[in-house]
Amino acid sequence: MSEIKKIKNLKEFSTSADRFEGANLLCPGCAHSIIVREVLNATNDDLILAASTGCLEVCTAVYPYTSWDASWIHIGFENGSSAVAGAEAMYKALKTKGRLKQPDRTPKFVAFGGDGATYDIGFQWISGCFERGHNMMYVCLDNEVYANTGGQRSSSTPIGASATTTPAGRISYGEKRNKKDMMAIMAAHGAPYVAQVAPNKWKDMVAKIQKGFAAEGPVFINAMSACTTEWKFAPEDTISISDLATDSLVFPLYEIIDGTQLNITYRPKNIIPVRDYLGAQGRFKHLFTKQNEYLIDEWQARVDAKWDYLQRREEASV
Amino acid sequence: MADTIELRDIEVWDGNMAASQALRQVQVDVVAAYPITPSTPIVEGYAGFKANGYVDGEFVMTESEHGAMSCCIGAAAAGGRVATATSSQGFALMLETLYSASGMRLPIVLNLVNRAIGAPLNVNGDHSDMYMGRDSGWIQFGAYSPQEAYDLNFIAFKVSEDHDVRLPAIVNQDGFMTSHTAQGVHTLSDEVAYNFVGDYKPMNDMLDLDHPVTHGVQTEEDWHFEHKARQQHALMTAVLPKIQAAFDDFEKLSGRKYNIVESYNMDDAEVAVVCMGTSVETAREVAEEMRTQHGIKAGVIGIRVFRPWPLEQIAAALKDVKAIGALDRSSPHGAMGALFNELSGSLFNTETKAVLTNYIYGLGGRDLTKAHLVGIFTELKANADALKPTTPLQQYIGLRGPKLSFF
Repeated sequence: MSEIKKIKNLKEFSTSADRFEGANLLCPGCAHSIIVREVLNATNDDLILAASTGCLEVCTAVYPYTSWDASWIHIGFENGSSAVAGAEAMYKALKTKGRLKQPDRTPKFVAFGGDGATYDIGFQWISGCFERGHNMMYVCLDNEVYANTGGQRSSSTPIGASATTTPAGRISYGEKRNKKDMMAIMAAHGAPYVAQVAPNKWKDMVAKIQKGFAAEGPVFINAMSACTTEWKFAPEDTISISDLATDSLVFPLYEIIDGTQLNITYRPKNIIPVRDYLGAQGRFKHLFTKQNEYLIDEWQARVDAKWDYLQRREEASV
Repeated sequence: MADTIELRDIEVWDGNMAASQALRQVQVDVVAAYPITPSTPIVEGYAGFKANGYVDGEFVMTESEHGAMSCCIGAAAAGGRVATATSSQGFALMLETLYSASGMRLPIVLNLVNRAIGAPLNVNGDHSDMYMGRDSGWIQFGAYSPQEAYDLNFIAFKVSEDHDVRLPAIVNQDGFMTSHTAQGVHTLSDEVAYNFVGDYKPMNDMLDLDHPVTHGVQTEEDWHFEHKARQQHALMTAVLPKIQAAFDDFEKLSGRKYNIVESYNMDDAEVAVVCMGTSVETAREVAEEMRTQHGIKAGVIGIRVFRPWPLEQIAAALKDVKAIGALDRSSPHGAMGALFNELSGSLFNTETKAVLTNYIYGLGGRDLTKAHLVGIFTELKANADALKPTTPLQQYIGLRGPKLSFF
């Protein structure tokens, strides 16, 4: 097994990036680039990368430029998982046949996809890759909306959010469905490691990425990616919005090992009301009206119930 | 190292086993596939080789045909020999990714066992799937028998992987009529077969860790056109000469001669049919009988390379005939058949005065009988004598119920 990279502090961590260039077209304040850097910087090993169609893809590989200093492939919206699985299969074949050009090096295989590419259109392909047990990591950059195409709802869009295809209006409060529980679904595949991460909790993220890289088999990482454009907050507030998400427990940080062992990895010292998280974003602005305010109470109740559920699972070690 | 198999000089194989054996002999590095009738035995055969140590590449049984081709693309970009097989609905499902494979200039060999596309659902042979892929940027070969399905796989790998080509290739064979009909197949030894194709030579391979590459970029109005133009340039200039060279090499090796356009009895032919797949063999037999029993100088053009379309060779092969029947085994759905249109395009700026008519036949596995072909040749002779169409331009052959024809 390859050596785990040692990271001393944030300054060293944030300046060690050399495989994902700052020269890209992502929006100022986009969490995608922070997450990608944190994932790539967690290892010194070689990387073979894939991306599904989406913000990350269209902003980092516009011919004749590329932001990637590791091999990278994009095919379509739904099949970033299968692209990297195919590359991983080729790696195994060439290793068996003794035809690897650098036989002493063991690359890691990582696919990135947005929540549209993960929760919706690419779901079948990801499920196939996980069932087949490819040695790969799938990172969902979860900004809860089809941001690349202008803010349409996905099955990750949370209830009450205003998206362009579920707009809040005179008689509608926006999205009507709860966010799909992708973590539970991926854990149910029996994956050796499934974890939820957020870019503001970088130590937690690095520990999980390193655990994921050390695991044998398919690893799923759901990374909360605050979207300045579609969540409607100022670009400089990305990390503070992310703090509100993790400290209100709207986005709890936990891991599931082998589909059966759930561990909570971050417990906020002061739990913030969900209202504060919602109030900081334009996509929930319409909830703060007399006719919709009951939804904020429902939100809080849902978050409390989920947190209770996670704690009960952790305590029961299941 | 994978074990070899001592083949007899002649094996009794159907088209699926012939294709499966060819994939084994060239020692594909990654086969990613999904089963679908009638191509399923190709991947079942390959799985059997894997289970018994006759191949040591990876065999990925995906969750769908789209996933299969997606894995093939990732594997090919990683840098090695890649193949798959499918039919019909499965081919339709992977269609999006076929454009990706060719646009990314990745050599992949796809055995397409031709089958109708529903609705209504149908498992039998016609050329609807082959036609669906014709603008996808893949080279397309046509086999008429298990022997040809075997041989053309070697040709396909050799041409597809050539660094001047770097385009994926389809080997078509007729569902059931070829894929499930056992015939004698002259084999190559494992060593000879492998050496004909040779070792895979990677290019822009993702697994060369010292030279990272970016595959599948975004281009808009600034560069998209230039990329597509280069792809077309390679298809139109590099591929046919490479195919011819591979045919020549293969003939030296095996004694079996393939041609970009397969002409039969064409030297003095007055009338000719142009067709693909197993119909070519039936048409050849009937053409012979037209000469001996009906006094009609009949010939047959078999399409061996459907893409790139060999426009000049087709025009040359048909330059002296007076009447041509284009036989299309796919519903044109609101137009003349594709072969009719290709032939029109090939002949329009030439000196020919030939009368060209279109026959739609064999949809969903309906037989094309010798009697049908006698009728077609007889009609073509009437067209040749009249120097104008004596029948509607498009006729449905072998259809039950009232006669269907247009124009």
